[in-house]
Amino acid sequence: MTPEALLGGFTNAPVQSALAFRSALEALARPGTLHNLTGALPPPPMSKAAGVLVLTLCDGTTPVHLAGPHDCAQVRDWITFHTGAPLVAADKAIFAIGTWAALQPLDRYAIGQPDYPDRSVTLIAELRALTQTGPRLTGPGIKTEARLSLPETAAFAQNRLQFPLGFDCFVTAADLVAGLPRSTKVEAA
Amino acid sequence: MTDQAYNFAYLDEQTKRMIRRAILKGIAVPGYQVPFASREMPMPYGWGTGGVQVTAACLTPVDVLKVIDQGADDTTNAVSIRKFFQRTAGIAVTEATQEATIIQTRHRIPETSLTTGQILVYQVPIPEPLRFLEPRETETRKMHELEEYGLMHVKLYEDIARHGTIATSYDYPVKVEGRYVMDPSPIPKFDNPKLSDSPAIQLFGAGREQRIYALPPYTNVVSLDFDDHPFQPSKAPHDCDLCGAADSYLDEVITDDQGGRMFVCSDTDFCRSRRAAGHVGRLGSAAVEASE
Amino acid sequence: MYVAVKGGERAIDAAHAWLAEERRGDTAIAELSVAQIRAQLALAVNRVMAEGSLYDPDLAALAIKQARGDLIEAVFLIRAYRTTLPRFGASRPIDTAAMDLSRRISATFKDLPGGQILGPTFDYTHRLLDFALMAEGEAPMTPDRAAAPPESAPPEPAPHVTEMLNREGLIQTEAASDAVPPDLTREPMELPATRPLRLQALTRGDEGFVLSLAYSTQRGYGRTHAFVGELRIGAVAVEMDIPELGFAVQIGEVEVTECETVNQFIGSKTEPPQFTRGYGLVFGQTERKAISMSLVDRALRWKELGEDFVGVPAQDEEFVLMHADNVQATGFLEHIKLPHYVDFQSELELIRRLRAEALQLNEAAE
Repeated sequence: MTPEALLGGFTNAPVQSALAFRSALEALARPGTLHNLTGALPPPPMSKAAGVLVLTLCDGTTPVHLAGPHDCAQVRDWITFHTGAPLVAADKAIFAIGTWAALQPLDRYAIGQPDYPDRSVTLIAELRALTQTGPRLTGPGIKTEARLSLPETAAFAQNRLQFPLGFDCFVTAADLVAGLPRSTKVEAA
Repeated sequence: MTDQAYNFAYLDEQTKRMIRRAILKGIAVPGYQVPFASREMPMPYGWGTGGVQVTAACLTPVDVLKVIDQGADDTTNAVSIRKFFQRTAGIAVTEATQEATIIQTRHRIPETSLTTGQILVYQVPIPEPLRFLEPRETETRKMHELEEYGLMHVKLYEDIARHGTIATSYDYPVKVEGRYVMDPSPIPKFDNPKLSDSPAIQLFGAGREQRIYALPPYTNVVSLDFDDHPFQPSKAPHDCDLCGAADSYLDEVITDDQGGRMFVCSDTDFCRSRRAAGHVGRLGSAAVEASE
Repeated sequence: MYVAVKGGERAIDAAHAWLAEERRGDTAIAELSVAQIRAQLALAVNRVMAEGSLYDPDLAALAIKQARGDLIEAVFLIRAYRTTLPRFGASRPIDTAAMDLSRRISATFKDLPGGQILGPTFDYTHRLLDFALMAEGEAPMTPDRAAAPPESAPPEPAPHVTEMLNREGLIQTEAASDAVPPDLTREPMELPATRPLRLQALTRGDEGFVLSLAYSTQRGYGRTHAFVGELRIGAVAVEMDIPELGFAVQIGEVEVTECETVNQFIGSKTEPPQFTRGYGLVFGQTERKAISMSLVDRALRWKELGEDFVGVPAQDEEFVLMHADNVQATGFLEHIKLPHYVDFQSELELIRRLRAEALQLNEAAE
């Protein structure tokens, strides 16, 4: 483990994780809204926002899958040191982190069981940028409609069809996060 | 002032993470009861331990907390829970609905419309809407899985056959986004319409039963009914005797042993703000000043 | 006249002050020390530790003092404290065969390797009030302590009775498992439950509830014909693996009560008949609880042992597990003291309306 892995965590975990959780909650409860997540400095290629989510939600009880370039020694060491989360294959993951391309194929992840739909993965998809443009979102949490610069629509539309099963997703770019629960209907604009 | 012997908002960080993950899954599947490993809290089960754990997991130092029981801020249990969070989280508190960022409630939804950015946390005794029809968790879980809600309609229909109307006046079951039948906690059915399309996030915590569920903002919530017996919210057919409100839920207060009674808003903050704005009910404000 | 429920805060403070005063009682009488409770009310301390799931006699004694002797309230204090404690790791399974015994009896054999050790038991006392205790004069210590066997004699090994039966194949073998058992205090109860989860729920369950269920099986509600194969009480070492050292070190010692019952046998065309087992393990000297637990454990094993579900409470896993916890039960039971006037009001409205409608109908009919 490199000394860098020891850095970049929360300096005041109870308060920083509380503030970060509220942003994550607002993001997931209001799909299409953008929220700032700061306070963590994870090693590249992980974004600040994804790093904050990891520090806020992951621990020894939540297996994490790192996909593609995120599966590097620096990120692995950082997550292990700061959260103790076991790093696992995609099908065992409670959280999976990577670029949208690296997270594919999506049928590897747990989508819950018919009697326990909550036992499903939460994807943290890293994007280059995040704006309120692009595909149209409707559903719980959205008054009329919202827009979000998602990398595609097909996978999310497919996911919606499996409701109440399915994956839930945070999309992150730099220090921004948006949420996309399985309940959201995603259509091309 | 925070009690330094305990972590911010009492719970340890690992417990808060576990509760937070459950809340997020609850938000993702509106109306579905997410199991969570409820902890023993320093107040008894039945006193709102589920709500307290959800509130503790949501609180930040910049929150303003309001706690109500039966609609009132000054009922003993509301006072006790508010003091608990003042002591363990050092947060600001309020009685004004619109000033609060988090409102923990038992048995009521405030009369004042909630707004974006607010979180309403319900204390839930029995989260399973089917529990009194089927006592077994293994069975009710299957019924939710298969969307087998016929039993509930049979129960409501038996009411109609016997009483000519649905004889459930509180804890009235709802269907969320056309999928899960959900228990709204023992709020009077007068409050049910406020569950639907609220701008606020609504979180439900059942401590003893180890369940968390949620309604994101703008979620469609429908009270179960029949075409020929549509759902009707109801309240005492009176106006508030203190503030004159005709549209708020009323408590009946026995005033003597001769059958004397008065009706007053159950939502004390709503009633107070109306009186402050000059509204006067049948028994006037003078009577109130005298008793306070 | 309108008497509002105002001043809730002042009322609570006053009630707490009164409670503190009542707890202390008459100040002319010396205050009870935590050490006295720990030493002289040890069985109460044991029960609080067992149902509180925390082995700490001092804290249990403190909880009893603070709870004014209400043991369920004391269990609750301990649970609320326990839940805030950080976890450093898990110990190795304790080895009850290596127990430093203070009591060990078998009802199934007259004598056995290791012997019958009666220990400090009420079993054969005459339940006559000892007025000497009331006279404040301490009862004399056991007069013939000197007659007891010398402490230096090395204890004879005392293998488990069930192991002796197992060697002959007379009792069903429990499959060993290295699976990490679930933790009832960290994960929500999931049904159907595994046996480790059931045993956890029973060992911290309310003594009275578990006792009554066990009693019901004896009276025919799910009869399992239990013999106390062995009841042993004593101290066992608690060891923990230290990865940095590569071996386990002893980090402490706990007193436990273990009960193994030998129950009615099963058998089939392919398998010869065998006795079956029920198991109880509880913190401290708590033998009523440990025996009860092993009877209820056995009753709950009907499916695994190929028996019929005859519909009795002790066989009904969901019924037993969901109602065994006295902290949960007390809380929910007593919460009906809290105000419910909003819901009651809605019922009041409804019944008035229904009555009015019914009266109208009656009048119309007349």
